[in-house]
Amino acid sequence: MSILALIAQQGELKSSALEAVSVANQIAQKADMQLIAVYIGPPLADQLKRLEGFGIEKIVVFESEAVTYYQNDICVPILQKLVTEFDIKVIIGSATSIGKEVCASIAAKLDAELIQDCIEVDWDDGLQAKKPIFAGKIISDISFTNMPAIISVRPNILPVIRNREGAPEIIKREMPHVPHAKSIKNIVREAKSGVELTEAKVIVAGGRGIGGPENWPVLQELCDVMGAALGASRSAVDAGWIHHTHQIGQTGKVVSPDLYIACGISGAIQHQAGMRNSKVVVAINKDPGAEIFSSCDYGIVGDLFEVVPLLTKEMRKLLS
Amino acid sequence: MKIVVLIKSVPDTASIFKVAEDNKFVVIGNPKFIMSPYDEYALEEAIKVKESVSGEVVVVSFGDENALEVMRTALAVGADSAILVENSDADSFTGKGVSKVLAAVIKTLSPNIIFAGKQAVDDDGCQVPERVAEILGISHASAVTRFELQGLTAEADREVEGGYCTMEITFPALCTVEKGINTPRYPTLPNIMKAKRKEIRKMTLEELNLSADDVRPGLTVNSISLPRQERLLKKLEGEIGAQVKQLTSILREEKIGL
Ligand SMILES: Cc1cc2nc3c(=O)[nH]c(=O)nc-3n(C[C@H](O)[C@H](O)[C@H](O)COP(=O)(O)OP(=O)(O)OC[C@H]3O[C@@H](n4cnc5c(N)ncnc54)[C@H](O)[C@@H]3O)c2cc1C
Repeated sequence: MSILALIAQQGELKSSALEAVSVANQIAQKADMQLIAVYIGPPLADQLKRLEGFGIEKIVVFESEAVTYYQNDICVPILQKLVTEFDIKVIIGSATSIGKEVCASIAAKLDAELIQDCIEVDWDDGLQAKKPIFAGKIISDISFTNMPAIISVRPNILPVIRNREGAPEIIKREMPHVPHAKSIKNIVREAKSGVELTEAKVIVAGGRGIGGPENWPVLQELCDVMGAALGASRSAVDAGWIHHTHQIGQTGKVVSPDLYIACGISGAIQHQAGMRNSKVVVAINKDPGAEIFSSCDYGIVGDLFEVVPLLTKEMRKLLS
Repeated sequence: MKIVVLIKSVPDTASIFKVAEDNKFVVIGNPKFIMSPYDEYALEEAIKVKESVSGEVVVVSFGDENALEVMRTALAVGADSAILVENSDADSFTGKGVSKVLAAVIKTLSPNIIFAGKQAVDDDGCQVPERVAEILGISHASAVTRFELQGLTAEADREVEGGYCTMEITFPALCTVEKGINTPRYPTLPNIMKAKRKEIRKMTLEELNLSADDVRPGLTVNSISLPRQERLLKKLEGEIGAQVKQLTSILREEKIGL
């Protein structure tokens, strides 16, 4: 019996992949199963070294320059075969956009249950997971009663823990050729200087209080100083001030940074659905009655155009 | 072009959610049911495709009687017909079971394209559409932000971490859609009136030849709880400059985000 960790492929190993492997390691130890990992994607080269310390016994590697993006028609048959070959009982992936698609596909093929976006995973005579529902307003604690059991782990919540000796055995295999119905034309990496929202340790977010797209530089400067990612409320997105990829909330991204600085955001429940898991929340708003002040750690009542530049200046001093 | 849209009725996102005394069920005060927001984008995209090449849009849902009103709304917005697999116990089905139900309905329809929201905002399950596609053996793309019909194929963009990718899709295919793909229209009064006369076809699990075994959950909910939220709720005081200094020194001392 073994556990299979899915290593997400984005040209480089993301911390979300290492977090999923850490969870898999912890479950493998508790359940006394061997840990197998699979990687499907462009050559990883020396990045494979970063997968040491997690107690992975074997990494099955399918490398090809042609597969830069998860293609379910290629990956799913590979995973299906591995499940039989290694007697896989548990599959653990990352709840990234691609990771969730892989997990859903393989779950269907195995007729297995799947819980996406887990924030806690444990083993007690079977796999257990905690998952936010209703946009994070409720946490559900669920047990699998059947195997194989599949979960994806929400990025940026669980720690990366290397606590085992030894390096995994690397098994390189030929990428199978599949004539696919969905062909990937190209991948565009957004040429943005910024940090990815879902992996960011600090997020500075702006709402309608920003007043217009011409004012983003006020927040961007603070982002640059703090190495933060720029987020936005839906009102700012719907007003056309910024692209939807920046939206945080129920119909945007769910983020969990160490520090979330909300500027000119009222704190609607749908916005909170996206940032509730932030470790520390700072609110800057000129309305002392704004809802955000009842769910933040530190609040400054004031005009963001006065507060943010001052904060940028202080942070620059502190960090230089 | 035959287009199917998967629709789910969910409690209004602004509802108050509470934990029942047995810690197993969610209690929703005075619930009002709405179409899951991402499904609105899926429906809009389907209607747009239909308008560009002609065809028909069928909305399909699995749910209890609360789904009827939402299906009615879908018809008013522009769907041609609706099928509801009605089950008073629909809430207890997991993604595994629901996808089998929906796939069984869709098999009888043989659509060219299926659109669905990227997730439902009640259970945030993020799996039913992809599972449906796998069961039907058709290709799928998740979280699509642009969909353009190009003759017999379509070009679609999807977000991936750190960017997006463009794909060519051949039919039949399923796409789940992300916010930003379009702006959903509102139903007009004449269309609301017309929708009242359209029939919502109801089906049962028996008609679909699904047994209890096929849809039996492999999960049990041990408990539900409210998220831990211990915010400090500290409003800083003094003039703005002093507040900012106080904040930076807290961040430094507590090593927050540095
Ligand atoms: C189904 C559904 C899904 C939704 N999904 C999302 C979502 O994913 N994300 C999301 O964010 N919202 C979402 N919303 C919308 C949400 O309900 C709110 O409307 C939205 O979050 C409000 O954005 P805001 O805080 O920027 O704007 P407002 O509520 O208008 O707040 C602006 C704030 O800025 C403050 N302000 C103005 N000027 C200044 C200044 N100079 N200095 C300091 N403060 C200032 C004001 O005091 C006010 O508090 C959703 C709504 C629905 C119904």
